[in-house]
Amino acid sequence: MAITFTLNGKPQSVDVSPDMPLLWVLRDTLNMTGTKFGCGMALCGACTVHINGEATRSCITAISSVAGKKVTTIEGLSSDGSHPVQQAWMEEDVPQCGYCQSGQIMSAVALLSKKPKPTDADIDDAMSGNICRCGTYQRIRKAIHRAASMPAGKAKSAA
Amino acid sequence: MATAPIVNRRDFLKKSAASGTALVIGFYLPAVAHAQEAQPQEKKPPNPLNAWVRITPDNHVTLILGKSEMGQGIMTALPMILAEELYFDWKNVKIEQAPTNPNIYDHGTGGSGSVAGSWLPLRRAGAAAREMLISAAAARWNVNPNTCVAKDGGVLHGARKNFLTYGQLVEDAAKLPIPDFKTVPLKNSDEFTIVGHDTRRFESREKATGAAKFGIDSRMPGMQFAVIARCPVFGGKLKSFDAAKAKAVPGVKDVIAIDPVGPGAFTAGGVVVLAENSWAAMQGRKALQVTWDEGPAASESTDSLRKQFLDNAAKPGKVVRNDGDADAALSATAKKIEATYEFPFACHATMEPMNCTVHIRPDGAEAWIPTQAPQWAQEIIAKIGGLPPEKVIVHTTLMGGGFGRRYQADFVMEAAQVAKATGKPVMVLWTREDDMQHGFYRPASYHRFSGALDEKGNLAVWKHFQTSTSIEAMWNPKGEEVAEKSEFATAAFIPYQTPNYRIEYTLAKSSVPRAWWRSVEHSTSGFVVESFVDELANAASADPLEFRLHLIGEDRKIPDFTNPKEGKPLDTARLKAVLRLAAEKADWGKPLPKDIFRGIAGYYSFESYTAAVVEASVKDGAVKVRRVVYAVDCGRPINPEGVRAQVESAAIYGLSATLHDAITIKGGRVEQSNFNDYEMPRMSGTPKTEVHVVMSKGEPTGIGEPGLPVIAPALCNAIYAATKKRIRRLPIRSEDLA
Repeated sequence: MAITFTLNGKPQSVDVSPDMPLLWVLRDTLNMTGTKFGCGMALCGACTVHINGEATRSCITAISSVAGKKVTTIEGLSSDGSHPVQQAWMEEDVPQCGYCQSGQIMSAVALLSKKPKPTDADIDDAMSGNICRCGTYQRIRKAIHRAASMPAGKAKSAA
Repeated sequence: MATAPIVNRRDFLKKSAASGTALVIGFYLPAVAHAQEAQPQEKKPPNPLNAWVRITPDNHVTLILGKSEMGQGIMTALPMILAEELYFDWKNVKIEQAPTNPNIYDHGTGGSGSVAGSWLPLRRAGAAAREMLISAAAARWNVNPNTCVAKDGGVLHGARKNFLTYGQLVEDAAKLPIPDFKTVPLKNSDEFTIVGHDTRRFESREKATGAAKFGIDSRMPGMQFAVIARCPVFGGKLKSFDAAKAKAVPGVKDVIAIDPVGPGAFTAGGVVVLAENSWAAMQGRKALQVTWDEGPAASESTDSLRKQFLDNAAKPGKVVRNDGDADAALSATAKKIEATYEFPFACHATMEPMNCTVHIRPDGAEAWIPTQAPQWAQEIIAKIGGLPPEKVIVHTTLMGGGFGRRYQADFVMEAAQVAKATGKPVMVLWTREDDMQHGFYRPASYHRFSGALDEKGNLAVWKHFQTSTSIEAMWNPKGEEVAEKSEFATAAFIPYQTPNYRIEYTLAKSSVPRAWWRSVEHSTSGFVVESFVDELANAASADPLEFRLHLIGEDRKIPDFTNPKEGKPLDTARLKAVLRLAAEKADWGKPLPKDIFRGIAGYYSFESYTAAVVEASVKDGAVKVRRVVYAVDCGRPINPEGVRAQVESAAIYGLSATLHDAITIKGGRVEQSNFNDYEMPRMSGTPKTEVHVVMSKGEPTGIGEPGLPVIAPALCNAIYAATKKRIRRLPIRSEDLA
């Protein structure tokens, strides 16, 4: 049975098993590979997307639970990397292997939409679900502060 | 094409480079001649205006990358070298991954050797291309080439005020004779405008937008997704399986069995579930009913291995090095200092799980692989497909981490077997659990040290016994006889002067696969050497920095004991310099806030010099790492910002092994399965890290790994300063702090 939701601002319908996680619908059914598979158990955050603006681990989110909701993926932040958080990521030269960074950025955007001027403790809390095996945490922290210092209103979630 | 077995990673990387092929292949398949072996191999250097730089008539420039990008920044650092010699504006270059062709490119990426090994060849290639373009311009203007200069992506004749872009010249230039690479003039390094300057990662935009394509993102029309049920016990075999329930899972297309492949590939074989998407394949695997013949390894455990370690340590080992008479000196001393150190297996845990996408057709094959060794992957697919290697197109993709794990080709072998069996495009995908339980682990080891100081505070004796599950014993068919070769590295030529220096080794047998984990044996050697010297410093009631500098002594070069012919000697002046620099930047010796303490370590690895000072506190059995200050000398830094990033990364990777990582074995299988029981450092545990890079003009040396060996001892030395508790086994346990 088709499941309908909003994906990056556009209506999307998929006909898949209702228990299939959103992650695999995005990656394998829709070929939107920016969202990454890391653990399959919501332990690493590589698969983070926004559902109705909330940072959510798509690897354990059944597609049936997404029906009627608004999903934003890394591809939906901007078409050209112009989102302030993406800009800050590039300016701080954050990514190394880059595999976890889609999830890191989605968690950071969700944080900034709630707390436009996060403290280090806020960053620790919001980002603790995202693992980076390259250990880019220090630069991620700097990039979040940098994005927060950009002109007001720019660092909003695209959701 | 040689098929001799490899000896160790150093030889492995070197021989892979020399022959352009992975020699490991000789292990698991008979040395069958390839069709192409009858043909002459290309011996002359390839035309640099095709192999290394491509220029369109409208002056768009593409630089070619022959190494694999796994996060270490090679996609930026190596093209910087080419761009420098070519006088390009870095902002305008594009970079493309080289096609897999070991006759032209030295693809293998590991051993922190890419910059060191490519520095001169790429300068020569870039310079040769530049000289060809200059010659083409000179011919066009009918002037002496010596009167023309390269400038801003073109050639200038100053007196005539003539300028032609490379794009206007490339067609003529490509037809000119290729200059002799040995004599082609290289740019004066004082004029460098790119090399040595902080440069942002080339592919960071793609990585910040989700557009970057990793191996796992490969898609082919009609491709199937496969996951494999492998025997959980190492070396176990498939006895029988029932696929009925798996095939009933919606989306599952097929279930097949593949055989294990022996030394070299080291695959487990198993039952493959093919499906129309990854999720269905995983669900199908859960529904499989499989009976395994677990084999003899089922009795192995971490406890049984530890018993083996202790039994081995109770007896003398094979003498690896013996200067003077350590035992006599020890029995003569009034104050003997002794310590034992232990390490578990460690898993690479790359964020992108292993995967390989292949289509094998009767007339050729094409593959997308996140691999550190595409030339080896090409060989494997060729062998399995019954194809000549040149009919196998291997696309090296970006990698979601490598750390040595992706120098293995087990996942390539599996995908080749499945692709051959099905004839369809397939991605073999590993789950996190597969990755953690079927890896190639950093060896587990046990070390026993005895030392003594004389009345002047000099090192009277240094005795080091090690027993470990050697890498050499796994990869070299005769490795059990020389198992110690892969296990000591700099621990076999410490910079601390002593007349009585003895090293012994005993192999511990294990079924657990081992291979090269970030910094390899240096990860353990660095810890034991820099911990034990700290213990000696404490016994001497000396400052740990001053004590090290005193024992290192005068400026001298210490031959690489493990590789005296080719290894670069340890230059004590450079080691002392990084120790002093890290200490100075960390305010060594100056007061700290209450409850915060410092530790220091310095080490030589991958021909680079690294020192770290860690500030840490210990409260209620928990360690808090507050600040890390590094000094590194890796010769001329190509991209200093990239060097800093690599050292920051190695610090966290090393902290992971210090604070968390332990692969333990029970019933012949790995007990951990995911990030819940194999934990990683996270944002909240990240210390402030500063990296001070020595702006040397020396030959560039490794930097992907050398940051790692010093972090654990520097931290544990800080913990000692804080608690007077000596950490002698990793990862740190709270009971060892109490």
